[in-house]
Amino acid sequence: MNTKNETINVRQGWSKFRMADEIIELIEPNSSLNLGIGMPTLIAERMPREKRVFIHSENGVLGVSGRPTRQTVSPTLINAGKETISIGPGASFFDSALSFGMIRGGHIDMCVLGGMEVDCAGNLANWMIPGKKVTGMGGAMDLVNGAKQIIVMLTHFSKDGDVKLVKQCSLPLTGKAVVDLVVTDLGIFRPAMTHFVVEKMADGIGLDDLGPRDLFFA
Amino acid sequence: MSSKVYPNAVAALHDLVDGISLMSGGFGLCGIPENSIAEIARRGITRIHAISNNIGNSGRGLAILLKQHQITEATCSYVGGNPDLEEQMLSGEVKVNLVPQGTFSERIRAAGMGIRGFYTPTGYATLVAEGKEVREFDRPCLLELPLSADYAIIKAEIGDEYGNLWFKETARNFSPLMAMAARVAIAEVERLVPLGSIEPENVHLPGIFIQRIYQGQGYLNDIEVPIYNE
Repeated sequence: MNTKNETINVRQGWSKFRMADEIIELIEPNSSLNLGIGMPTLIAERMPREKRVFIHSENGVLGVSGRPTRQTVSPTLINAGKETISIGPGASFFDSALSFGMIRGGHIDMCVLGGMEVDCAGNLANWMIPGKKVTGMGGAMDLVNGAKQIIVMLTHFSKDGDVKLVKQCSLPLTGKAVVDLVVTDLGIFRPAMTHFVVEKMADGIGLDDLGPRDLFFA
Repeated sequence: MSSKVYPNAVAALHDLVDGISLMSGGFGLCGIPENSIAEIARRGITRIHAISNNIGNSGRGLAILLKQHQITEATCSYVGGNPDLEEQMLSGEVKVNLVPQGTFSERIRAAGMGIRGFYTPTGYATLVAEGKEVREFDRPCLLELPLSADYAIIKAEIGDEYGNLWFKETARNFSPLMAMAARVAIAEVERLVPLGSIEPENVHLPGIFIQRIYQGQGYLNDIEVPIYNE
């Protein structure tokens, strides 16, 4: 497998919209869902109303519903990514302590967040690259230890072509043994201690495209 | 009891001095105390320990104080989107204490509520756990201690003469908690109303937690990332 082939295969994988739709399929109707910043916010934009999922954003809102129009936009109505949002019927606002009480207290059914690295033991790293970049953990450390189910949504390869799904995280951890499922542009993967179980692959993708052959098993 | 109502930011912030610890409400630029921040910038108060989720963003909010080198220590949960803080953190000019956001808000709440400490699984087996007591419950947890401050500056949509506050939408965030945790809590409001104007059921933060309140002016209410459905 050479780099050129990898690049082609990445192009053949799922779009970020398809990734969001794959995750929406996994979400129980009438459940509560926290969305991290970046790609996961697409899920709020594409969530079917009839699923009646209450979307939580850590800055203090439950009941997020897509985007506002230029007429309805409000500077005080934002999500955790500081992006403008709108709310649906039954929404509520609260302070940050109550918001994280919902998270830490186990009241949030599922959380979808981004990642820099995730390993087959379910460890997640997503808040700093030593000596290079520090974004801070924000609410991620609370979320991975509080929400009932954790899905990491990320591109399979970094911009440098490295696989983000690894045997063991090399970056500082956000949480230990916390990840239930990983959704990338190439498929859906479940951490199984020594390897990832491939739950689903994008059309045209084979096991050889995913990374080290001893890390992914069907 | 003397009145809590001050004519403006100049009067309400008259006794702030160099070296104070200062909590500032807001998530990114949403719900930030714009008038109080501008007054601290004008006064040139230095050696501030700023306690705020983001310490401003995109050169605005508390980032104005960073640009003027008024902050020497920052306790926050997120640095992303704040190049001024990232730069001064990497150069060592500002000491940054990164705290997971739920632990950050609960430590502030604990200070205000008289809780002397609490155990949380957040941060276990990460850099955050360094030097902290670990105790085994259903799973390992870290001991976290209260976080208080000399002053809190916060902003609300509506406030009355006693300091009862009503916040708009997601602008509430850390503000009520910070008001409880500071020795002196200073609220600025878009609308200062007479006692009785806010229905008791609609008071988000009872005025007992507020020491000073003033009518703000000229709010920018910046939107950081406008995204529209169109």
